[in-house]
Amino acid sequence: MSELKEVRFSAESEALIQNLIKRYPEGKQKSALIPALHIAQAEYDGWLSVPVMDKIAEILNIKPIEVYEVASFYSMFNLNPVGKCLIEVCRTSSCWLRGANDVVAHIEKRLGIKDGETTPDGKFTLKTVECLGSCGTAPMLQIGEHFHENLTLENVDELINKYKTETTHSKYLDGTTFRKH
Amino acid sequence: MARKILLEHIDVPGINTYDVYRSKGGYASVEKALKTMNPQDVVEEVKKSGLRGRGGAGFPTGMKWSFLAKPEGVPSYLVCNADESEPGTFKDRYLMEYLPHLLVEGMITSSYALGANTSYIYIRGEYFYLVRILEKAIAEAYANGWLGKNILGTNYSLDLYVHPGAGAYICGEETALLESLEGKRGNPRIKPPFPAIAGLYGCPTVVNNVETIAAVVPIINMTGDEYAKIGIGRSAGTKLISASGHIKKPGVYEIEMGITVEDFIYSDEYCGGILNDKKLKAVVAGGSSVPILPADLILTTANGEKRLMSYESLADGGFATGTMLGSGGFIVMDESTSIVQNLHTFARFYHHESCGQCSPCREGTGWMEKIIHKILDGHGTMEDIDLLWDIQRKIEGNTICPLGDAAAWPVASAIRHFRNEFEEFVKNPSAQREVKYYFHCNNIDTAAAYSSL
Repeated sequence: MSELKEVRFSAESEALIQNLIKRYPEGKQKSALIPALHIAQAEYDGWLSVPVMDKIAEILNIKPIEVYEVASFYSMFNLNPVGKCLIEVCRTSSCWLRGANDVVAHIEKRLGIKDGETTPDGKFTLKTVECLGSCGTAPMLQIGEHFHENLTLENVDELINKYKTETTHSKYLDGTTFRKH
Repeated sequence: MARKILLEHIDVPGINTYDVYRSKGGYASVEKALKTMNPQDVVEEVKKSGLRGRGGAGFPTGMKWSFLAKPEGVPSYLVCNADESEPGTFKDRYLMEYLPHLLVEGMITSSYALGANTSYIYIRGEYFYLVRILEKAIAEAYANGWLGKNILGTNYSLDLYVHPGAGAYICGEETALLESLEGKRGNPRIKPPFPAIAGLYGCPTVVNNVETIAAVVPIINMTGDEYAKIGIGRSAGTKLISASGHIKKPGVYEIEMGITVEDFIYSDEYCGGILNDKKLKAVVAGGSSVPILPADLILTTANGEKRLMSYESLADGGFATGTMLGSGGFIVMDESTSIVQNLHTFARFYHHESCGQCSPCREGTGWMEKIIHKILDGHGTMEDIDLLWDIQRKIEGNTICPLGDAAAWPVASAIRHFRNEFEEFVKNPSAQREVKYYFHCNNIDTAAAYSSL
């Protein structure tokens, strides 16, 4: 991953963040931090580097530490580079009961990586996560914003083949999501 | 036949769109409330209905609303808790995906009752696709005059926003949710003061679950007295149950409280019985936090009565022989399930989700996960089982928020009802190791899948 020299959000992301700030009372712009970090992460390859977080602090007029402590608390924020396709497999009770461990083992074998690792070509990262609220359609995994449910190992193979050529996280938050004010 | 109230129109094509929702009587509760009732009347109706919080705690909603402080010149807020993360629970997701306008309508009527002019829906970050759905519904509501300034020509104005979280179970706890909404780590606050006095930005705030707010709509439409007649005793109304695990028909079911647990598990109207016609072994009836019960105790109380799907009946016998309705996350396990392995997924979950503020929870959840892992790995001792019991007892009641209790109860109940399974792992680790890698799954033929690799 090349070093980020200067962080400049796209005009679209910048406008989106400014739009979100308007949702909170005057002086409470820090409330927009979590949505803003989602936008930043989507623009910068699915993870949050220190310069990116510093830029968010500047936009929201808060201290960098206020951004770091939030980014490190929430599990959806990645503080290290991830693959172009982040596969998140749920493994809590209901998914475990319906075969989540088989799904994880299968992906590990297919991609030759363990939970938490990224393939050498930088395409896939595998992450096991806790309950995603898809218990009635278990086992499941999430890629980008999409839930893939009632999985079989055949489905998993299809997904891996599909995402070999697609980047997922850049779509994570885009300008069509939030209503303009 | 099941009585559907929240999900009455769930099968109507296009019910997620404004026009269809409106044609089925949608937004009538807003019209009724704003045009014919003052805010206090709405609160009274909700009190009369006997509605209790559907997020898990079961606290009377009308009472919670009546605690809201109303100092002059200070705004009050309604925040919807859509941070659904209790393992086994997916009803709010279902409701928001298929009936987004029901939540929007409930938010408007409830905000009016509470005198809130700005309200937020705090939704878990992973439900990102639902942010799109809700934003669209809210835009439609604005376009049709149900949100914004002077709604229906009255003096009442309301702005409604969706706010995504970023993956933290603890933000389902209401004060942690408010911290998160303020752009901070989700560390629960010490209570008092309660949010009704000092909540979002230090202002009086009510935090209610998605299903609770949705239930306000039929309550205002039919009156609180009529709603109170549905259900059984103090368990008024209907409840959405998220059914998962080893059952033939997993999914979200709206039940009238008071049906038997047996009927819920075995009738074709609901779960349809146990997958592959195996025997029922255990049930976690209200989300991962509530005590697990073995088959005999979930079907029948210790007094020999049929157990019902209601707050009181599920709690009958206390924690010795009963459990809780909780969030309605109903996880069913068949005879082949290892209770200790299932418990390991819960222990890992709570360890991962502890915010780290209180030592008993931060350290205790880690210890519990490690000890259960050690037992599963074949290195456990009988003393470890006692140590596990001791740790959970020292977490319960000793933390700022209920996450500590929620982490302790599954461990306590698993030992209470299934101690022999822990002992089996200790006594005969090699035999158990085969079990460890056996994951029963209806739609995955593991052997065939691996041979093709």
